[in-house]
Amino acid sequence: MSFIRRNRISLLLCAAAVLCLAWGVTHGQHETVFRKAVNICMECIGLG
Amino acid sequence: MGKLRTHLRTAVQLVFAALTNGYAAGFLQGTIYKGQGKLICVPGLNCYSCPGALGACPIGSLQAVLTSRAGKFPAYVLGFLLLFGALFGRLVCGWLCPFGLVQDLLHKIPFPKKLRRLPGDRVLKWLKYVILAGFVIVLPLTVLDIVGQGQPWFCKYICPSGTLFAGIPLVASNPPLRAALGWLFTWKAAILAALLLLSVAVYRPFCRYLCPLGAVYGLFNPVALYRFRVDADKCTQCGACRRACKLDIPVWQTPNSAECIRCGDCRRACPHGAIRADAAAPACRKARR
Repeated sequence: MSFIRRNRISLLLCAAAVLCLAWGVTHGQHETVFRKAVNICMECIGLG
Repeated sequence: MGKLRTHLRTAVQLVFAALTNGYAAGFLQGTIYKGQGKLICVPGLNCYSCPGALGACPIGSLQAVLTSRAGKFPAYVLGFLLLFGALFGRLVCGWLCPFGLVQDLLHKIPFPKKLRRLPGDRVLKWLKYVILAGFVIVLPLTVLDIVGQGQPWFCKYICPSGTLFAGIPLVASNPPLRAALGWLFTWKAAILAALLLLSVAVYRPFCRYLCPLGAVYGLFNPVALYRFRVDADKCTQCGACRRACKLDIPVWQTPNSAECIRCGDCRRACPHGAIRADAAAPACRKARR
C-alpha cells in the first residue's frame, strides 16, 4: 500500500488545516490572535 | 540505548521549551514579547503571557477568537490544531509541551509510593473532554458581558501553565501587578501547587485528566502521520509494554490510544521489537486482543 493511501486521512487533515489557516487569515483571525498574544492576558496570569 | 533515548526526549523538551520561550528580555524586564512570532501558535500549552514566549498558545488563542466579536468559527487556530494533530498527535505532549516537561521532571523525584493511576482513572480521563467542551468552547461562547464579549474560562480559572510560566514571573517582577493580586490568583496557584505535588506521585496528572489540548491531540493519535504499530507476528502479548508505560496503557491492544503521549518507553521495553513508530501503520487498526 502506498504512503499516500496508508496516510490518506492524515494528509487530508493536513490539507484541511492549510485551508482553515488560509480562511482564518482572510477573515483577519490572525490579527485577533496577535492582538491577544502581545498584550498581557490578565485572566491568564490570575488577575482577572 | 534506552537511557540515551530517555535523555534524548528530555533534551528535546528542554531545547524546544527554550526555543519557544527564548525572549530573555521579557524575564529581565517583566514584559512580554510583542513581535510577529505571536502570529503563530506553538504546538504545546505555552501561555502567550509568559515573559519568554515567542508564540501564541493554541488554547488561549482559540478562546480569544471565540470571544471576539468579529466572527466565531475559529478557522485560523483550528488550522494549527489540525496540522499539529494530523502530523504528530500526542507526540506534542510527550516531546514539545513545556508543562509536560515540568511534570516529567517532578516525577523523577523519589517518592515512597508512585501510583500508576489515580482512583477513578476510568472516569477521570474523560474530564479533559468536559473541560475542552465546557471551559474552552461553550462558556466563552455563551457567557457574555454587557458588550457581548466572552472571557477565556479555561485560561482564567484553570490553566496551571499560565500560572507557572506567566503569572508567577510577571507578578514577581511587576509591583503594580503584585498589588492587584486577589482570590483568583490564590485559586490558580492552589491548582498549580496541587498538580505539581501530584506529579511527584502520579505521572502527568494534568495531561491525563485536565488538559484540553491533550484531549484534542489525543483524537488524532489513531490517524496521525506519527503513530504506533504492533507487529502481530512478533507480539506475544507478554505485557512488558504496559508495565513500562507510565500511563498504564495496554499498548499491545491499543497502540494508538488517545491517552498515549508517545514517550516511547513501551518500544524500548518490548523484548521482541514488536512496536514500531512510523507512517507505515494502517490508520485506526487495533491490534489483536
